[in-house]
Amino acid sequence: MASTGHTIKAFDAELDTLRGTICEMGGLAEAAIGDAMQALVRRDPEAAAAVVERDARIDALETEIERQAVQIIALRAPMADDLREVVAALKIAGVVERIGDYAKNIAKRVPSIEDSKIRPLSLLPEMARIAAEMVHNVLDAFAARDSAKAAAVCERDAAVDDFYNAIFRALLTHMMENPHNITPATHLLFVAKNLERIGDHATNVAEMVYFAATGAHLGDRAKGKDTTGIAAGDIEAASDR
Amino acid sequence: MSEAFISVDPTPTDWRDPAMQTRIRRRYAAERRFRLIGLGAVLLSAGFLAFLLISMAMNGLNGFRQTELRLDVDLRQSGAALTAAQLAGPDAEQALAEVDFEGIMRRTADAQYGPRGARLFSPAGRLVLREAVKADPGLLTRPATLWLPAESGIDQAAKGHGTAEADARYRPLAEAGRARIGFNTNFLTGADATDPTAVGIWGAFKGSLLTMIITLLIAFPVGVLSAVYLEEYAPRNRWTDMIEVSINNLAAVPSIIFGLLGLAVFLQVMHLPRSAPIVGGLTLALMTMPVIVIAGRNAIKSVPPSIRDAALGIGASRIQVVFHHVIPLALPGILTGTIIGMARALGETAPLLMIGMRAFIASPPGGLAEPATALPVQIFLWSDDVSRGFVEKTSAAIIVLLVFLLAMNGLAIYLRNRFEKRW
Amino acid sequence: MDTETLTAPKMTARNVSVFYGPNKAIDDVSIDVSREHVTAFIGPSGCGKSTFLRTLNRMNDTIPSARFEGRIELDGEDIYAASMDVVQLRARVGMVFQKPNPFPKSIYENVAYGPRIHGLAAGKAEMDTIVERSLKRAGLWDEVKERLQESGTALSGGQQQRLCIARAIAVDPEVILMDEPCSALDPIATAKIEELIHELRGRYAIVIVTHNMQQAARVSQKTAFFHLGTLIEYGETTDIFTNPRETRTKDYITGRYG
Repeated sequence: MASTGHTIKAFDAELDTLRGTICEMGGLAEAAIGDAMQALVRRDPEAAAAVVERDARIDALETEIERQAVQIIALRAPMADDLREVVAALKIAGVVERIGDYAKNIAKRVPSIEDSKIRPLSLLPEMARIAAEMVHNVLDAFAARDSAKAAAVCERDAAVDDFYNAIFRALLTHMMENPHNITPATHLLFVAKNLERIGDHATNVAEMVYFAATGAHLGDRAKGKDTTGIAAGDIEAASDR
Repeated sequence: MSEAFISVDPTPTDWRDPAMQTRIRRRYAAERRFRLIGLGAVLLSAGFLAFLLISMAMNGLNGFRQTELRLDVDLRQSGAALTAAQLAGPDAEQALAEVDFEGIMRRTADAQYGPRGARLFSPAGRLVLREAVKADPGLLTRPATLWLPAESGIDQAAKGHGTAEADARYRPLAEAGRARIGFNTNFLTGADATDPTAVGIWGAFKGSLLTMIITLLIAFPVGVLSAVYLEEYAPRNRWTDMIEVSINNLAAVPSIIFGLLGLAVFLQVMHLPRSAPIVGGLTLALMTMPVIVIAGRNAIKSVPPSIRDAALGIGASRIQVVFHHVIPLALPGILTGTIIGMARALGETAPLLMIGMRAFIASPPGGLAEPATALPVQIFLWSDDVSRGFVEKTSAAIIVLLVFLLAMNGLAIYLRNRFEKRW
Repeated sequence: MDTETLTAPKMTARNVSVFYGPNKAIDDVSIDVSREHVTAFIGPSGCGKSTFLRTLNRMNDTIPSARFEGRIELDGEDIYAASMDVVQLRARVGMVFQKPNPFPKSIYENVAYGPRIHGLAAGKAEMDTIVERSLKRAGLWDEVKERLQESGTALSGGQQQRLCIARAIAVDPEVILMDEPCSALDPIATAKIEELIHELRGRYAIVIVTHNMQQAARVSQKTAFFHLGTLIEYGETTDIFTNPRETRTKDYITGRYG
């Protein structure tokens, strides 16, 4: 936990501002995931367009964080955990910007699946909810410099990976059932992939937060079992039974 | 946001209001008053000094002049058994001593100035005659005109201080062109005498010089080394504190007590020759040493510790630090203290009186163990004398003493500037 | 030289305590001084880092009320033993002070004084060589070679400090102790001294006390943090400044102290 404040109060204020900007950015990214998924479920192209537009705000915040971090390094010569925190903030900004981009890409696919009804769609919101929750928790961990919370986020990624595997198999089956389903299913596949990438990025952020807080690196965490390597033939065989 | 701000009076200071203006005027007035008082003090001191110097100069200048009366001598007729060859030979002094210059002078004076003409001349006249012959052996073989010093009454009359009777004797001589006023070299080269026209300051000067040399040779090394020891080596405890207090008090002790000390120790216990410069020097050294120790300690204290640290840091031993670095930097202060001490010793009369340097010494001291007198003592003795002629001699001697002091101070300033190093 | 002697510390201090009268200024400090690295002592004012530095060449001996306990060894020899010649010790362990303090003598004499009193030069030619070599190693030769007879105090602050370093080098020390050598200098002179320290590293074991943490970070490979007379942490400079173990160290270097 942070101990007494810096003797120079302005330094504390600048670090607070930096942290606040990161949290703001994270909040926007988290909301973007939720909004994109809602637009997808409701097949609402206008809502989706709004998500795409709001992504510009996330990009602007990344530039702002860069500016603040460089200024702190130049003027305050931060040491030890202050230095690790500022460097982590720089890296996290880049990662959160990419998370925002993934959310934007999900929203972009909404017009393409407008008129189709596919069952696996029900799994996606849950997956998105978990991914958004991971983003929320990891940025909370950053604000609080809580290494335990950051480690917990890494564990959660297993659930996202499992969801991805399930959706992958389900969509493949769907595509095999009806060739008309291929286009929308492929789009949904990409959506699932984006959500899985968001989970991985949240895990990356968690590792950065852990390093900033403790100065040590999180070990390789256990991955969810990757079953994406099975061939279509196995699934056919399984569904024929 | 953080703590509440301390409330500050929002109205700024009004520098133009009348109360402020009055205060400022009063401050400047106080400033001016102080400067005027300071200037007044300086002018007052300068005034006293000027008074002293001017009155001394006016009285003393006449001491350097003497009235001379003309005497035409012809040594061939004097019956002096002296030849030029004798004067050139090794027994010149002996030969000169055998000649009765006084008789020659008396007879020649009586012949030229009438009966009791010899009384017109100073007893020093025969010495002048003797020196003239010694300087120019040609006088033995031809007549010459010499100017010999006049006796005291006429000398005073010529300078305007004479009695009526002396004036009466002097005026015809002056009108006849047989009197003149010349420079009194004998004053600077001769020793004490009973007659004011014959006195010289050299005897006392040499005595002072020898005494000062002894004082310097003893007080300077002892004082400087004591200062070095007390500052650099002595531990800081009650004993050294007591020593420091004692030395400071010694510097303030009346000088006559040092005279008593000298009398008791050097004369009665050690049986050193009375009135000798060596005893005077030792006594004055005792008196001067505390001054040098104090000045030396202050000078050494003022050497910055950074120089000592630097020297110690490259492995200089304590003695090397002291002699290679501390003393050279402290030297200006030490020298100033020494010269101040020496100047004080030069002017001291009381201790020298106690140890007997008050006798009448008719010739300059030959060495350190011979009886001598010192300048201030000589001044004291002459000031005591009733004869009118001694008044101007006393003032002239004071002038000589002041010149000596000025010379010493000048030397001090020169040495200070030479050894001053910037650090 | 085998690796054992190469990596053995040049000076070791064990359980060192220093008292000024009844006050304890240094409390049970044990530390090694590396022979091939620059060691920095950091800490707030009054923490004892300068006092500890001065125990390494027995400069505290000049303070009458100072008392020493513990053991300090230079290449295995106890420097506080009665058999150790303190004058020689101070030639082997040289010191540069916070305010440049050249002797009020010529530049040549400043550098030549040390070798002269220790008898390191056989004649004038050898002395000239020593002076030239020391001034070159201190990075001052080119600036003063035309005016060796000028007073050392006429140089600028940075040049004076380099002259003091040359003076310390002239007696061929094994360790150089620097007590805040750049505190009184402007940034350019400071940078020149830091560069000089970098060049001297390896040839001499260097210990530098500094108030400026960035300087300690730039110049040293090992850092020791002192606080109220105790050694709080000692380690590699990069570790101390990026991830210190002790909270007090962290508070000091991040500016949270006080």
